[in-house]
Amino acid sequence: MSGDGLLVAVDSPVHRIPAQVKLVALVVFVLTVVSTPAAVFWAFGMYAVLLGGAVMVAKIPVPVVSRRLAVETPFIVFALLLPFVATGPQFSVLGLKLSQSGVLGAWNLLAKGTLGVVAAIVLSATTAPRDLLAGLERLRLPATLVAILSFMVRYLSVVSDDLQRMRIARESRGYSGGRVGQLAAVAGGVGALFVRSFERGERVHLAMRSRGYTGRMPLLSVQGASQAQWVEGLAISLVAVVVAVAARVVGS
Amino acid sequence: MHVPDGFFNAPTSVATGLIAAGAVGFSLQRANREIRETGPALAGLTAAFVFAVQMVNFPVGAGTSGHLLGGALAAALVGPWTAVLVMSTVLLVQGLLFADGGLTALGTNITLMGLITVLVGYALTRTVLQVLPRRMGSVVPAATVGALFSVPVAAVAFTGLDAIGGAVDIPLGKLAAAMVGWHVLVGIGEAVITAAVLSAVVGTRPDLVYAARHLQQDLVLVDAEGNTSTVSPDRPIAAKPAGRSVGVGVAVTLVVAGGLSLFASAHPDGLEFVGAKLGFDSAAKESAVAGSPFADYGVGGIGNAQVSGALAGIIGVLVTIVVGLALAKLASLRANKASENRAS
Repeated sequence: MSGDGLLVAVDSPVHRIPAQVKLVALVVFVLTVVSTPAAVFWAFGMYAVLLGGAVMVAKIPVPVVSRRLAVETPFIVFALLLPFVATGPQFSVLGLKLSQSGVLGAWNLLAKGTLGVVAAIVLSATTAPRDLLAGLERLRLPATLVAILSFMVRYLSVVSDDLQRMRIARESRGYSGGRVGQLAAVAGGVGALFVRSFERGERVHLAMRSRGYTGRMPLLSVQGASQAQWVEGLAISLVAVVVAVAARVVGS
Repeated sequence: MHVPDGFFNAPTSVATGLIAAGAVGFSLQRANREIRETGPALAGLTAAFVFAVQMVNFPVGAGTSGHLLGGALAAALVGPWTAVLVMSTVLLVQGLLFADGGLTALGTNITLMGLITVLVGYALTRTVLQVLPRRMGSVVPAATVGALFSVPVAAVAFTGLDAIGGAVDIPLGKLAAAMVGWHVLVGIGEAVITAAVLSAVVGTRPDLVYAARHLQQDLVLVDAEGNTSTVSPDRPIAAKPAGRSVGVGVAVTLVVAGGLSLFASAHPDGLEFVGAKLGFDSAAKESAVAGSPFADYGVGGIGNAQVSGALAGIIGVLVTIVVGLALAKLASLRANKASENRAS
């Protein structure tokens, strides 16, 4: 697990938009999608086109997007089961009895979930974790929370590497495979990982104190976003809002 | 377990978002003294630890392996308030950096996996500790019970949220049975893993286990003349009497639950859902008469009623949070006064 998250390191207009603008744009977009009635199919087509445009402009390779969509799998399974368990009037396709509201519910879940995940992928693929934290700070997330987040992001790869080394050491001693008897070995490693992480946290804090840390972290952010950047970054979300309003007024 | 976007309707997402924000703010206030003393690095590294551990495959028998959610474990290790912050941090990073869990569902995810598992886990751990012998090792079975129940309770809460604002029409009984049944299994895995990890920590650094700090033995000192005296071990900062933290946990849960039910009764759409689900026979007949279920999703469904219902829900949750924050303020005022008294 690298400390860079899912960043795709290329230069694009989307990469250059300040993180706080992208965060606001993402929240507006996803909220808009979620509050659109599921039966207005064309609205979801428009959202998909908008999002596809964002992926193109951001120069994110399509295979990367489709690979990262895998996090959605459990809920796709759930969505596919819906037509069989939901109530309401039923109709049959190829001898299978499907619930109408279940089919609509499955579509609702798939469409909104997928659009949400792709939108989040666009954010995480175009924003370095550091910039994201600076953006959250500018959006007035409490300073303590930003500090905790920044330490987590900073030490994520260290802790993951620790875990990896312990796994290799454990498996070299023959504790591999999935038998219950090996739970103690795996859990012992994880317990040791907690102690190591905790002690590392104590050491880091002492080192900070000895360098003059008084309880206030230096600000991460460099500069605010210009009005033009806000307009540029929010453009897609604003179009989505217009689509949603149209969907409400026009209907399916 | 991460809920994606679109699973719950927008008002529910916003309401759980406000609950999550209130809970994080409350926890920041409660953990403030501790974090000032130990630094944000400690909490950040604990969050990194939880994130890493969620990727570990634990063999839990019958050839299957399980993942840890870690709420109850984190609560036992670093205390409930820091644990809420840690779990929220993990979920925020997963949502923003790894596109895992929808962004509008972030509040729901934090409420279910960051708040409920931690508070239920910790409250149960402390309750069981009261009846077990006052020994360090007692924390392991206590946290096991906490972990065992924390997951099914979160599943029940998920079902409740679905009843209030699920975007999909599933019979509530079926959903509850499936969710709780499955998550009892997950809870057993969680309990086994929590017990194993916690006993490993108790074996090496028992002083680090927050839930068992009050169980540390007195130190027996022997001076040069051979006189023995006992001193209590270093009191951890911000240590509070057991009953009180449990009481606060229960109070928060009650307040949150109260807020939720207020939301439910103020939300006509939610009531409609619950009604439809509880007696779905008549509902099915009714919608059969009404023709296509699509009719419900058209322009007619989005009238003033829904907007006002959502507004009422949001106001209810806001009131809940204001009350919670006022309680926190009161508590911290009292704590400050107490520490002043001690200092003088």
